[in-house]
Amino acid sequence: MIIRLLARRPVALGIGLVVALALPWLIYPPVAMDIMAWALFAVAVDLLLGYGGLLSFGHAAFWGTSAYTTGLIALHTGLPFPVAIVGGALAAAVLAVPIGYLAVRLSGIYFAMVTLAFAQMIYFLVNQWRDVTGGENGLQGVPREFFGMDLSDPFFFYYAGLPFVLFGLWAAWRIVRSPFGQVLVSIRDNPSRARALGYPVDRYRLLAFVLSAALAGLAGGVFAISHGFASLHDVYWTTSGQAVMMVILGGIGTLWGAVLGAALIVTLNDYLATAGFEETGIVTGVIFVLIVMLFRKGIWGTARDLLASRPKGDEPAAEPAAKAPAEPTEAVAKRS
Amino acid sequence: MIEQAFNGLVGGAFYALLALGLAVIFGMLGVVNFAHGAFYMLGAFGAFILLDSFGIGFWAALVIVPVLLGLAGVVLERLLIRRLSGLDPLYGFLLTFGLALILQDLVRRQYGVQSQQYARPELLDGTLNLGLFDYPAYQVFVLALSAVVCGGVWLALTRTKIGMIVRASTEKPELTRALGIDVSRWVTPVFGFGIALAGLAGVLAAPMRAINPLMGGDLIIVVFAVVVIGGLGSVFGSVAAGFLIGVVSALGNLYVPALSQTLVFILMAAVLLWRPAGLFGRQEGLV
Repeated sequence: MIIRLLARRPVALGIGLVVALALPWLIYPPVAMDIMAWALFAVAVDLLLGYGGLLSFGHAAFWGTSAYTTGLIALHTGLPFPVAIVGGALAAAVLAVPIGYLAVRLSGIYFAMVTLAFAQMIYFLVNQWRDVTGGENGLQGVPREFFGMDLSDPFFFYYAGLPFVLFGLWAAWRIVRSPFGQVLVSIRDNPSRARALGYPVDRYRLLAFVLSAALAGLAGGVFAISHGFASLHDVYWTTSGQAVMMVILGGIGTLWGAVLGAALIVTLNDYLATAGFEETGIVTGVIFVLIVMLFRKGIWGTARDLLASRPKGDEPAAEPAAKAPAEPTEAVAKRS
Repeated sequence: MIEQAFNGLVGGAFYALLALGLAVIFGMLGVVNFAHGAFYMLGAFGAFILLDSFGIGFWAALVIVPVLLGLAGVVLERLLIRRLSGLDPLYGFLLTFGLALILQDLVRRQYGVQSQQYARPELLDGTLNLGLFDYPAYQVFVLALSAVVCGGVWLALTRTKIGMIVRASTEKPELTRALGIDVSRWVTPVFGFGIALAGLAGVLAAPMRAINPLMGGDLIIVVFAVVVIGGLGSVFGSVAAGFLIGVVSALGNLYVPALSQTLVFILMAAVLLWRPAGLFGRQEGLV
């Protein structure tokens, strides 16, 4: 049984890695980079939602802050782009400390609203601080400087950006499978009991929030360098909503699902944009409604349940660490 | 400065009407209605369409639009929202987020992003002398009407039997049910009523503000901050915070213009530090 488990995970990871490496051959390279950046963003949101039971509806604040910080570093210092991206991720993590400190005192729907409101505050700040951020024009012409190497071809840049995304995905995977991740899950399932056992619940949640923000920032930085600009859209609430949608489309609490959700949504948006359909909200909104009404476990969650329910000898029910239920939290479900 | 404060009260009237609707819907259904801003936007467009296509003026729109939107809310509750009862409130939030995207972009597809104009009703076109300064009559009307509506809802909640049932089932649904009261009967009308309030705010906004598909999306986030400040479970807190935030941001606009739009969120952060459940909320929903 254990051997089979070990045998399965490397296979899945191997397939994922091959797909990631082959992606710019299969589709338009800038879209491939978008998929990878959004996948990391969605995984960052799922780290909080699926494993911490906290729905952040304000992660655009971290994605966007990093996009702007990365852009500013690359524009004004001439440092190589990896430094800019790391700087952006750090800025996102630093911003997450005060926001997280206030937000993790709340849970459930309150947490979602408060993170949303803080993200909107960042949006207004970015919009008004025109001298630095360019206001409505955004940051234009962010360079891809790497010691004079020519990375202007999106095909080559994909392979330059990919290591950041893979590192971020690996970090998320390590976090949810670490003892820290297990405590996080136990806090999600029963905060009062976790507190009674002596875990400092708020501190765990805050650390998860900051880690998640750093990963979202890493993704935002890659995105900004890939596109060569940062815009107000990066800090707007629809961007947060998009990331959440990717997570629930793929399946809450399944990191693979978040990646899959990101791939589907980015491809769909790209298709709609090429077809000249501007009102993407109609389509994404319908998807949102459909998955909430009919498909709450998401694609990956549903597939996993189907596999698990099939009686197949000594097949384990599911990977133990990925046994996250589709319902984010029990504790916040009932208000009184 | 007094005039600015008065501007703030008028702005706060919109927050209060929207926050009131959000609060009663949340209280009764446990749903934070992200689509509330979209219904406000539909209210403004409803008034615009009635005048533009049917020649129906402001006063009639003031009644027709909220009624129609309220009915739409009833249908929405019956068709979709009802099916999420008993689940984590996050699902209601996500569902209404999707609805907001759909409504916003449907209107955008029809009318584009340019703002539409709506003339003030003739009766309210002048200014009123308020003793210290002259003030547009229409703004005074908006303030008075929303004060009357909020006061009326308050009285209905505290003085009538229906209000008692609504409050009881908001606070202790199981206990109310155990007393033999059919709580679910009141859920649909309360949702429709909350949506109608958002529609009313939209009609009131039409002659004052630029009518465009995005007008609700930006406002609703501020209203979320308002209800967090007031206390999400508290109807009174939502209304009071609505007017309060209106005044604070108008005065903030006067003294620190750079911060005008972020002030409400800074205030929210401060309130959260001091009282995580909001000014008038009880310590619920905190784990």
